[in-house]
Amino acid sequence: MPSKLVEDTMRTKRLPHIWCPGCGHGILMRDVCQAIENLGLPKDEVSIVSGIGCSSRAAGYMNFNTLHTTHGRAIAFATGIKMAKPDMHVIVITGDGDAAAIGGNHLIHACRRNIDMTVIVFNNSIYGMTGGQYSPTTPTGEKGTTAPYGNIDGDFDIPKLCEAAGATYTARGDCFHVPQMIKLIENGIKHKGFSVIEGVSICPTYYGRKNKKGNAVQMMHWQEQNCIDLKKAEKMEPKDLEGKIILGEMYKSIRPEYCEEYDKIIKKAGGDK
Amino acid sequence: MADNKQKRFQLLQGNEACVEGAIAAGMRFYSGYPITPSTEIAERSAVRLPQVGGKFVQMEDEIGGIAAALGASVAGIKSMTATSGPGFSLKQENIGYATIAEIPIVIVDVQRSGPSTGLPTSPSQGDVMQAKWGTHGDHPVIAICPCSVQDTYNQTVRAFNLAERFRTPVILLMDEIVGHMREGCELIPTEELEIHNRNTNMINSMPYAFGEGQYVPHMTSFGEGHLYNITGLFHDEAGFPTNDNNIAGEENNRIMEKIKVYKYSGILDYEEYEMEDAEIGIVCYGGTTRAVQGAIEKARDMGHKVGMFRPITLWPFPEHELVERAKQLKRLIVVEHNYGQVLLTVEGIIKGDTKVEFIGKVNGTTISPDEIVRKIEEGEE
Repeated sequence: MPSKLVEDTMRTKRLPHIWCPGCGHGILMRDVCQAIENLGLPKDEVSIVSGIGCSSRAAGYMNFNTLHTTHGRAIAFATGIKMAKPDMHVIVITGDGDAAAIGGNHLIHACRRNIDMTVIVFNNSIYGMTGGQYSPTTPTGEKGTTAPYGNIDGDFDIPKLCEAAGATYTARGDCFHVPQMIKLIENGIKHKGFSVIEGVSICPTYYGRKNKKGNAVQMMHWQEQNCIDLKKAEKMEPKDLEGKIILGEMYKSIRPEYCEEYDKIIKKAGGDK
Repeated sequence: MADNKQKRFQLLQGNEACVEGAIAAGMRFYSGYPITPSTEIAERSAVRLPQVGGKFVQMEDEIGGIAAALGASVAGIKSMTATSGPGFSLKQENIGYATIAEIPIVIVDVQRSGPSTGLPTSPSQGDVMQAKWGTHGDHPVIAICPCSVQDTYNQTVRAFNLAERFRTPVILLMDEIVGHMREGCELIPTEELEIHNRNTNMINSMPYAFGEGQYVPHMTSFGEGHLYNITGLFHDEAGFPTNDNNIAGEENNRIMEKIKVYKYSGILDYEEYEMEDAEIGIVCYGGTTRAVQGAIEKARDMGHKVGMFRPITLWPFPEHELVERAKQLKRLIVVEHNYGQVLLTVEGIIKGDTKVEFIGKVNGTTISPDEIVRKIEEGEE
């Protein structure tokens, strides 16, 4: 029996999902649904826009206006929806490759515009759909099928990248600390402006296997022990934070929102008459 | 208060007439990226759209330009993007997305010399086959070629109507000559135009369901009471991805057939000039049309019976109409600014005694009427 949340917010006929056993994406999708439910947003006023990759299949399972677009382009499609219907709550679900590699340009420019939408990056540190190639968030030294000797690229810190590009809300959660992740998504949706929430996921099938991280349960325990809340981390010594992932609200500010600014242009041009 | 009412008669560039035609047709969203020689389309859209309550956004790249326009269209707003050769290449993937997801959109390509950066400010018609085959996979396409400023206005309106009626991307294939040509243009107001809007009355609450003998699904816009899914994967009537080969095959067939079936319901369009008694026919389109008309006048003064056949809708090509007309012709000369892209199609369909000849120019200069006259004379000696 599916839970009430699943029945209320997902397309149960489309389940079970295509993700591998032990994948973290199902937890993150549920978190997004729970956040929308907690905020009481009418379904017809929510658009879920996704790109291509494991993460982006979430859109099809969620019972809202859902647009599964092309690889990397979800944020650009979402920009059109938001400008056409500014009252719509536009939520982008994307992955680390989709958002930060092929879609990196759209990500940073949407940050710069501060257009009111919420981007949730399901970050599993690997290209899962294509079978385990290294991504822009694969930590340096780790392996993928295209980094058989270890990845020599540096990796992006997504909240930092987005903060520098002009996003007005950035945060990071994970699969293990569910209540926190739900709260971060809620706050991101409520925030007027461009919000980015990285959801650290787990990929036991590819990332885990390639890098000997153990099975899904062991990877979840790793998250439990190594993903540290920002407030706790602030009190810790730098050496104790090595190899840890910091969770929480990273940055929040207020800046004019793009659609509201455009309305002023329409007024200036006389198009509101 | 700004006076946003446009004068009915204006001296305009082709690129500007495109924007005015688009607004008259109902365009209220434009997203694009600056590129010569199409930039005036973005510039005028940036001025004019907020005047009519619409919106303009300059995106970070060409791909974002078409993606945002598709997003706005999904939300129910008539949308357009414009570009030129290099940008047209970048937009191709999302043109395929619009085709399979059946999202109405108008994509303007003001052609310039290529390949690559080429001669950015010089005329070319090198994207004719890219317009047809540019996106991957089998797919149908509608591409329309205006030949003057007024024609650009009129054909932009038609491009929007076709996109809305058939839920398909429509390519307005302009070229540098037409885009930068300046002449008088009548801005026929919306109330005097035939305007089509997409059918949003969803069948069985399913976005990709269609009635018996019908080929175009009816889709509500996002936020209008039906929750459904759109994807670039092959999908069922409800819009959900499928690996069922029968469903995938049927969907592919329907999308291909859609444009064929309605070819004679407004998609096909062509113009003939001095063709009644012609023995020599000239096939041209877009920016070469003026030179061809000039050449025909000169050649007729010299006693040659020459006429023009101009496909206005380039894809699908008016094959049957040209084949019928060619039956009276000794010679058929294809004139275009490339190495023979429409020529390929013409050679493929013209069988029998009509000799197919070619004038192509690719050095960035325009074809002059005299060059065409010389070609006519050469064959008559």
